[in-house]
Amino acid sequence: MSKTEFPPSIKSRPVYGELEPRAGSGHLMIADAEGAEAILGLAKSVDPGFWAKTHIIYIPKKTGTKYSSQLEQLGAGQYYCGPSYEAAQSRIRRALQNCHMGTQVYLTGTESLMGQAMHEAVTAGIPHTAIQTEHRGSTARRMQCVHCKGITEDVTTDPFECSHCGLSLFVRDHYSRRIAAFQGVRVDAEDPGNIPEKVELFK
Amino acid sequence: MSAGTAKLNVTVAEVKPINDLVTRFKFVRTGGGDLPTFSGGAHTVVEMQDGDITRLNAYSLMSNPADRGAYTISVRRDDQGRGGSKFMHTRVIEGMEMVISNPVNLFSLDLRAKKHLMLAGGIGITPFMAQMHQLSMMDGHFELHYSVRTASLGTYAKELSERYPGKVHIYHDDQNEAIDLKTLLANQPLGTHVYVCGPKGMIEWVHGTAEAMGWPREAVHSEEFLAPASGKPFEVKCAVSNKIVQVGEHQSLLEALEAAGIDAPYLCRGGACGQCETNVIGYDGKFLHYDHWLTDEQKAGGKHIMPCVSRFEGKTLVLDR
Repeated sequence: MSKTEFPPSIKSRPVYGELEPRAGSGHLMIADAEGAEAILGLAKSVDPGFWAKTHIIYIPKKTGTKYSSQLEQLGAGQYYCGPSYEAAQSRIRRALQNCHMGTQVYLTGTESLMGQAMHEAVTAGIPHTAIQTEHRGSTARRMQCVHCKGITEDVTTDPFECSHCGLSLFVRDHYSRRIAAFQGVRVDAEDPGNIPEKVELFK
Repeated sequence: MSAGTAKLNVTVAEVKPINDLVTRFKFVRTGGGDLPTFSGGAHTVVEMQDGDITRLNAYSLMSNPADRGAYTISVRRDDQGRGGSKFMHTRVIEGMEMVISNPVNLFSLDLRAKKHLMLAGGIGITPFMAQMHQLSMMDGHFELHYSVRTASLGTYAKELSERYPGKVHIYHDDQNEAIDLKTLLANQPLGTHVYVCGPKGMIEWVHGTAEAMGWPREAVHSEEFLAPASGKPFEVKCAVSNKIVQVGEHQSLLEALEAAGIDAPYLCRGGACGQCETNVIGYDGKFLHYDHWLTDEQKAGGKHIMPCVSRFEGKTLVLDR
């Protein structure tokens, strides 16, 4: 799947770029699903020796083994392939703990993955402007219900039902970097029961 | 005038020679009372009435930011300079009344940092002294690497080593000791910010090395005050005030504008802060840009000049002042 062009929006909505190899003492790449394509693309323009200093953390999601063997063959110093972001989280934290200044961080794939990994990297002390991102694959959103604070992953419709409290929520572009989620607000707050039909906005 | 900086009337409370080159000055508010608070890395602009000439030099505050009773600065005598430091060394005495600006900070700590790595060269130690006071009050994590020419010219080196044991590393040029920058930068934990204050070459060395090693630009901070360069005298037309101003050989463009009664903004007077940026309406000649503010494209574009340090050679220069 190729890159998605997101329409311009409010300031809090994250924008993404294109990964490029940068000079650094080490490289930490965190990707999910089609994000693998961005890493494979970058692989065409790196110097020999790049992969020896690289740690790839990959979560295939629905892509199964489509990309994982190609990623493994890049010969990264460390390669991890895991079932979910939650499963990879402790490894991401540990990897960041062991990094020194000069390590380059590359995030690619879904917004949910990039947002959560970005939060970890910023918490570890990397300025957010120094972290590279490239969106690939699904545009489904990680949403926070502003009422019950519950997180619903992979939201594709607007409105959608909060997986925690069941309210129908309007999908906003308003984004929280702290919790790495867009904000969902009750769609029928002023006229209870008047819930517009769901539209599939994200794939 | 300086943008938004009120002046402070102060009295010199102490003049203390530290070594052959450096003298420390302590200012208290004339008539008593507290001075404004500041944060580590801030400087003040000291006004010196040297005969007909008003000299304005920026000096970093080195005292504890929590101490509002007094400000202290340290001045290194520069015999080749334009006379500001010499004035401080030879004319300023205890009890003298002076005017200084409110503190301005262009070299503040990034308090999001998990660790502060400070690199000082020579008199560049002064802003770090206030920053270390500030950080030690909040139990901050810092480390100082301080390069000096000789032990006797190592201003405050001994005192700092005693005050912050284990955190201060001194390097003596005359003993061929040098900061091992690559090793130092390679081993810093994530969240470290590096700060450098010292000679131009040292600042460029740190920026260049850090960039090549993949350090984020946002994590590398520096401060260098430039003294305005001398040069050929030139003439400038000021379109707004409708005046023609002569800039002398040892005078900066900013000083010439001020002497002509033109209200020109400034803050650092050293090419760093950007406050004095002035639009060029027309010119025939070449600019001598010395500042750290304008981008290379802007410097080549001929539409902007920083009057605090930069000069002009040629027939005509018309400014939007």
